[in-house]
Amino acid sequence: MNEGQELDEKLHTAAEENAETQTVTKEATAAAENSKAEETAEENSKAEGEEEATYKEMSPFRLVLRRFFRSKLSIVGLVMIAFLFLFSFFGPVVYRAWGESELDMTPSVDTVQESYSYKDENGEEITVVEVLEHEKTINTYANPSKDHILGTDDKGMDVFVRLMYGGRISLMIGFIVVILDTIIGIVLGGLAGYFGGWVDQVIMRIVDIFSCIPTLPILLIASSVIDSWELTADQRIYVLMVIITIFSWSSTARMVRGQILSLREQEYITATEVMGLPTWRKIFKHLIPNVMPQLIVSMTLGLGGVILYESTLSYLGLGVQFPKAAWGSMIALVNDPMILQYHPNVWLPAGFLIVIAVLGFNFVGDGLRDAMDPKARK
Amino acid sequence: MVKYILKRLGISIVILLGVSLIIYTLVRLMPMNYIETTYREKISIGEISEEDYQNLLKLYGLDGSIVAGYFRWLGNMIKGDLGNSFKYRVPVTQVISEHMWVSFGIALVATILQFLIAIPLGISSATHQYSARDYTVTVFTMIGLSLPTYFFGAIVIKVFAVDLGWFDPSGLVDTGVTYANTFAGQMQKFGDIIYHMILPITVTVLLSLGGLMRYTRTNTLEVLNADYIRTARAKGLSEKTVIYKHAFRNTLIPLATLLAGIIPGLFGGMMITEQVFDIPGIGNMAYQALLVGDIPFVMGYNMFLAILTVIGTLLSDLMYAVVDPRVKLGK
Repeated sequence: MNEGQELDEKLHTAAEENAETQTVTKEATAAAENSKAEETAEENSKAEGEEEATYKEMSPFRLVLRRFFRSKLSIVGLVMIAFLFLFSFFGPVVYRAWGESELDMTPSVDTVQESYSYKDENGEEITVVEVLEHEKTINTYANPSKDHILGTDDKGMDVFVRLMYGGRISLMIGFIVVILDTIIGIVLGGLAGYFGGWVDQVIMRIVDIFSCIPTLPILLIASSVIDSWELTADQRIYVLMVIITIFSWSSTARMVRGQILSLREQEYITATEVMGLPTWRKIFKHLIPNVMPQLIVSMTLGLGGVILYESTLSYLGLGVQFPKAAWGSMIALVNDPMILQYHPNVWLPAGFLIVIAVLGFNFVGDGLRDAMDPKARK
Repeated sequence: MVKYILKRLGISIVILLGVSLIIYTLVRLMPMNYIETTYREKISIGEISEEDYQNLLKLYGLDGSIVAGYFRWLGNMIKGDLGNSFKYRVPVTQVISEHMWVSFGIALVATILQFLIAIPLGISSATHQYSARDYTVTVFTMIGLSLPTYFFGAIVIKVFAVDLGWFDPSGLVDTGVTYANTFAGQMQKFGDIIYHMILPITVTVLLSLGGLMRYTRTNTLEVLNADYIRTARAKGLSEKTVIYKHAFRNTLIPLATLLAGIIPGLFGGMMITEQVFDIPGIGNMAYQALLVGDIPFVMGYNMFLAILTVIGTLLSDLMYAVVDPRVKLGK
């Protein structure tokens, strides 16, 4: 819900800024050197006209926002993610017809009609229609209707509601894993990059080891290890987050180290040296904030990856466990040929939601990268 | 150069030791292993005694602690012996070398197709930056990257195999068909394999286009901004010559390094794709082995992947120095 508000705020600022496109900003002059996009060129010509009249300083944050909202794809991505958040976090609050693992116990009758026709001795065609009535105590495989927007699954649970709860889990796992990754990445990557020498050697070898381990097989092995721990479905989700983190932090650490190595050589760090600032201040005040733009981009792009891994694990039955809903395990129902063929309403929507989530984060991540890195605008 | 390679190889061995230790520990911690599940059952029906069972565990190297087991495994591996697969009852190396080629064939065709499609797409969307074409290509390849394999596979199977009935949803050859051991028979088998491979390869290519296409696009954009492209244009060369003669070859430099990174993907198989289409490739074999706790095979397969990754990284670093003279190896 917090995120929702934040998004709203962002959108609001964006609207303000769009209204101000006429004003000359520092960015316009800076962009003149790059002179890439047509829009910039246009802005620039205006800039020369009324340079002194409307000079306005913009914070780097607002500059980034402006550039971000210039790209249509990033707006599309933002809308997709906002939709997912509303759907999975507000959805279950608003739509309370069914619970996450509530069975629809309304008895229903399935009628199966089969007709056989044959010719008897007199050459007359005789058709026998066999009507089988099958009474079900649980309303499974219901088609989409007013009661069940997307029907029910093989156990008689409402698909639509489970999609919302599955979204909660996917998004939550995604965010927590990425945040944990970033924390580990900053600490280890920062240490390696800043201190160099044997610290660097040791940390980087560990990073190498973890990046050499084949991710999907090891996640499968680790998930089957925790099978024996007899965890509840809730606890398992937390353990799952830890496992995915353990096998995905290495790339973040490598990136942070690379950035810090190159930042360390810059003059302003020499200046902090001369000023005699303490080490922690140099690292946390002067180095890490400069890595943040790349980190935010890699976090956003990483979110999509984590969601894909989690759903793959759930698909293989080693991720989120029943009765908790997960998009991956909803798709796994296609392994039953009957569901694959006759009940697309059970598995198709879950797949589309995964695509929306991953695509949304990728669009936003790309947009952020273009917006935050002045060099990438080429 | 030689010194650099030697140093890298030394580091690689340290890395592989670390990788194997982690994987071995986890594999041994798995709740069920094949030997246990198979023989526990036999004990309960009184077919073998507890003592026999302990002897069996010893025979398979599963008695004692994980540390001892690890060093025994390591010792054997150095001698080139990965042990016998519990599930498949043959040496691990044999399973890998027999089933690797199915996966390799699929991956090779898919990779070639991927390059043939993604590079032209990437270049054309770079030369038409911000055009409708650029957006369309970007959006579609990104959708490909975001689609989970098993989901797209399910859609493709439903539409083309179940509804339209054009293809077989699973397997490598038709079941129940025996092929004559003649040239014609072998050709028929080969044709069948190709027919069965169309869906998996299409799925693989469509889903992996995005990465390469975007990589090409970024590189091309970078090259197009270089000074020598401006020079070429200033000389009055046609846009076609500028792009396909001057720019194109230079966009291939970073791609050359990517080529080496593909190695694990080529030989390692695709666990999910093979599982969805029920192809007896090495990825699927590993998945089945993993489910029943076939320790030697899971270990062997993962180490195989790790070694391929190490080799791939080393090759890609070397390739980078070869194709780009500005890059100096060392340190």
